[in-house]
Amino acid sequence: MAAHATKRGRRPTLAVWKFASCDGCQLSILDCEDELLDLADVVQIAHFPEATPTVLRGPYDLSLVEGSVTTPDDARRIHQVRAASRRLVTIGACATAGGIQALRNTRDVATLAAAVYPQPDAIAVLDRSTPIRAHVTVDAELRGCPVDKGQVIEVVAALLQERKPRLPSASVCVECKRRGLTCVAVADGIPCLGPVTVAGCGALCPGYGRGCYGCFGPYGSANTGSLAAHLRAEGASAEQVERLYATFNAAAPAFAAEASRQRDTETSA
Amino acid sequence: MTSTRSIDVPVLARVEGEGALHVRVRDGRVDDVQLSIYEPPRFFEGFLVGRAATETPDITARICGICPVAYQVAAANAVEASQHVDVGEAIRAMRRLLYCGEWIESHALHIYLLHAPDFLGYPDAIALAADHREVVQQGLRLKKIGNMLMEAVGGRAIHPVNPKVGGFYRFPTHDELAELRPLLDQAADDATQTVRLVAGLDIPTLSQPYHFVALDPSNGDYPLEDGRHLLTGTDRGGRQRFPLEEFDTQVTEIQVEHSHALHAHLDGVGSYLVGPLARWALMGDRMTGTAADLAAELDVPDVVTNPFASIVVRAIEVVYAVEEAARIIDGWLTAGPAAHGPASMAVPAGAGIGYGASEAPRGLLVHRYRTDEAGLVAEARIVPPTSQNQAQIEADVRDVVSGSLDLDDSALTHRAEVAIRNYDPCISCATHALTLTIDRG
Repeated sequence: MAAHATKRGRRPTLAVWKFASCDGCQLSILDCEDELLDLADVVQIAHFPEATPTVLRGPYDLSLVEGSVTTPDDARRIHQVRAASRRLVTIGACATAGGIQALRNTRDVATLAAAVYPQPDAIAVLDRSTPIRAHVTVDAELRGCPVDKGQVIEVVAALLQERKPRLPSASVCVECKRRGLTCVAVADGIPCLGPVTVAGCGALCPGYGRGCYGCFGPYGSANTGSLAAHLRAEGASAEQVERLYATFNAAAPAFAAEASRQRDTETSA
Repeated sequence: MTSTRSIDVPVLARVEGEGALHVRVRDGRVDDVQLSIYEPPRFFEGFLVGRAATETPDITARICGICPVAYQVAAANAVEASQHVDVGEAIRAMRRLLYCGEWIESHALHIYLLHAPDFLGYPDAIALAADHREVVQQGLRLKKIGNMLMEAVGGRAIHPVNPKVGGFYRFPTHDELAELRPLLDQAADDATQTVRLVAGLDIPTLSQPYHFVALDPSNGDYPLEDGRHLLTGTDRGGRQRFPLEEFDTQVTEIQVEHSHALHAHLDGVGSYLVGPLARWALMGDRMTGTAADLAAELDVPDVVTNPFASIVVRAIEVVYAVEEAARIIDGWLTAGPAAHGPASMAVPAGAGIGYGASEAPRGLLVHRYRTDEAGLVAEARIVPPTSQNQAQIEADVRDVVSGSLDLDDSALTHRAEVAIRNYDPCISCATHALTLTIDRG
């Protein structure tokens, strides 16, 4: 990586930005224990408040953006971040799909605020939690709640080597088969979102005898309706299927549409 | 003529989440301190309503990527309590092992990457590594062991997939645990070196009249993953012990205008402290092994009232967590698979009210759920450690700034920021943050 880093005579700059999130995806960067110090040798960390108060002036070669847009201030701030970034990559389900907080999108925010705060009027928030892509152009998106740290390293390496990052596009089922795991859906009748979820986690949940809960979000040609019909035929209620699709990627279009179809089934039933 | 001086830190660095600090000094006296948490609220208690109680560990984990296990375990404890299910010793031991991993990871992160640079005169751990690479590498090695423990037991380090209401989807295999065991010997060495390193730091002095609160497990263990009572007081053994179910009557949360986190007040006491200093002061005598030996050798007082010395107690807790993890694995491997029973207990879906708590790395975390007949959440309340500590953080900053007014603005601001970092505040948790402004006018 170092050879490419010095090609332009200086280390590329890396900036990390936080919007509404749990901090877990940026923690993935600090969780690269074996690579962190080497990473800091080949890129200049220019903005990363969780790790350092040092802030270098932009523009930045690569911005990693965590979190979704949920406040009027953040809706303005994301444009400043985009303007200061040569490349902008979203990290994780919040930045890429709106995150768990997008569950507000189908609810009344005032009611939600009243459940948490005695004086909900003092809280300035938007009605919807939206992904970064809804506000500015993004150059790549990392899936996952949280991201896979190997993918974070891959994005930085791709920047240094001036190529596109290589990211998985198949479904979790493919990873699961590759690991030689027994299918939890077929063998044990466990509801599993593996067929509609993009790979990247290494089929973690089936490895623990648990169904995939879709934390990497929908894969390209996900047939969410077919899976929903299968789950219903296996005895799941519409409410259960709706909840299965409405978690950490609730606002990802394919999952949101299926959850909505299930909700309609509930009301018409 | 009035003279006013103000100190502002618009973005607090090396903390988890987003916050700011504003301090106003008027006529040589600190007259206002506001720790504002501007991290956007995410309304977990709101959208938990209508979800299955069995979903609470996975959903609430997403409140905090730094301490997801604390949330998963507290949520599971609460839902199990609501249905009067006791998961038994084996599942509790495995939860404790998972939780040790989170303590090691989170404490090592805070000690080496977030806090130590303050005492060693560096802006961050990367700059520290430029001069003392082996010190930072030692911290990263420890942190990695914590993550490996969470991966082995929980499936992944951030938002583990294996824990659930009732226990685990499966126990880790004999081989998965046996492979980790030798690494814990290296970790014990690194953790011991860490205590010696931080005990030798040039730590500012301060003494605060803390009232401590921590979880008090009935089996006499050092507080960690479970407990049905809270202990409060100012020194070893505490003064008052009450069941978790009384938390709501003992602690009230107050919304303040400058923050998206709610402030917590203990009945008859006011602001109180949770976290390593509280656990140590109230129950430090439950520490065993090297952790206890090191504390004695280094003359760590039974009650540490200097918040700047929290880094020492945190390091002692890392030693304890490493040795506790080794003890649990040794016991588990010796007993053999037949001894453990099922990896989870059945928890019925039904109506009930349950309280659950655990000791997150940065302090007590309490969950309460009320469920309906179908086992769906009807009401949720989550009280994270940083919001409980927020009033105390502001009190510390007030005293630190008052005692250091001779410093110039830059040094004073730094001192105030360190006083906040003493708490390892998790702002993501507290909003469900920190910017410093010192106003000297």
